Amino acid sequence: MKKFAKRYQPYVWLAAFAVATLLSFAIGFDPGKTVFTNFRVSVFELLSFVPFLFIIVGLFDVWVPKEQIQKHLGKESGIKGMFLVVLLAMLQAGPLYGAFPVAYVLYKKGTSVRNIFIYLGAFSSMKLPMLGIEIGYLGLEFTLARTLISLPLFIGIGLLMEKYLESKNFEVLNPGEAVPAGAKVPNRA
Amino acid sequence: MSSNALIFISVAVAVSAVSFFLDKEKTMAGFKRGWQMFKRILLPLLNILIIVSIALFAIPPSAIEEYLGAGSGVGGFFIAAIVGSIAFIPPFISYPIAAGLLQQGASYAVVATLMTTLIMVGIVTLPLEIQYLGRRAAIARNVLNFFAAIIIGLAIGVIL
Repeated sequence: MKKFAKRYQPYVWLAAFAVATLLSFAIGFDPGKTVFTNFRVSVFELLSFVPFLFIIVGLFDVWVPKEQIQKHLGKESGIKGMFLVVLLAMLQAGPLYGAFPVAYVLYKKGTSVRNIFIYLGAFSSMKLPMLGIEIGYLGLEFTLARTLISLPLFIGIGLLMEKYLESKNFEVLNPGEAVPAGAKVPNRA
Repeated sequence: MSSNALIFISVAVAVSAVSFFLDKEKTMAGFKRGWQMFKRILLPLLNILIIVSIALFAIPPSAIEEYLGAGSGVGGFFIAAIVGSIAFIPPFISYPIAAGLLQQGASYAVVATLMTTLIMVGIVTLPLEIQYLGRRAAIARNVLNFFAAIIIGLAIGVIL
């Protein structure tokens, strides 16, 4: 029973939501229906790009040799590494949670802590598709101003994070491989 | 379907085609690796989307506009920073909202702060971020980004 509970525990929230939604439709509870409609829209948005993101990430992982990235984005990469990591981030699309799996792959390939956080910053707000939408709604002036102010701040955050995490055994994990707190931390693969 | 999705699909198809042409086995290995990563992240993502769906219902756009509109002053600025940090709205939905806010007389500083905290700080996705970066780094990143977003918002308010 305990084993059963542990195995299905991650699905409790999802199951509760499914039951609440079915009930809402059965008794015509409008807020429940609206929440489900919001959920459906979000899920379709998710499915419209996330599987493709993972195709790209998977292929990137297989094709890009570790040494190559290490050479260009590693500890000694300097300004050129920062430039490359920003360029890489700009070629992405989708919300920030899509950046974490990519950050994991980059880290595994030897990218420096500084460049990981510059990547996350640039990914959050400098993706080309997003800049296109932003220009459409808020204008070129707004978008340019926001981007040009953001970039030096991201580089600053990268430097601060590197300094802060220097002696703290920091590493980017893959949730499937994550070890519970207190367990021995495995070596970087 | 958003134009973002179309770009994603095009890139994925193009990259896969080139990869397949170059090396069939490597391509399959890449697909497999991508699928493994996708499977791991699917459940946490669905849970986040449930929370977002409830929040979207509980906080209608009209209410947000009311509190960030003309005359909200410094209060509006802080509301923008807090709401932006907590809310989880995809850019292609948030940009039309931002444009609407500007039309209703909200200041550039308020709208820029809302937009930058929305895209740079993620309280809702923090549990997911912790799984990748660890608690310490994830919290530090969000705190630093929060202050960076406020600096960006203020600077844009001064410039525009």
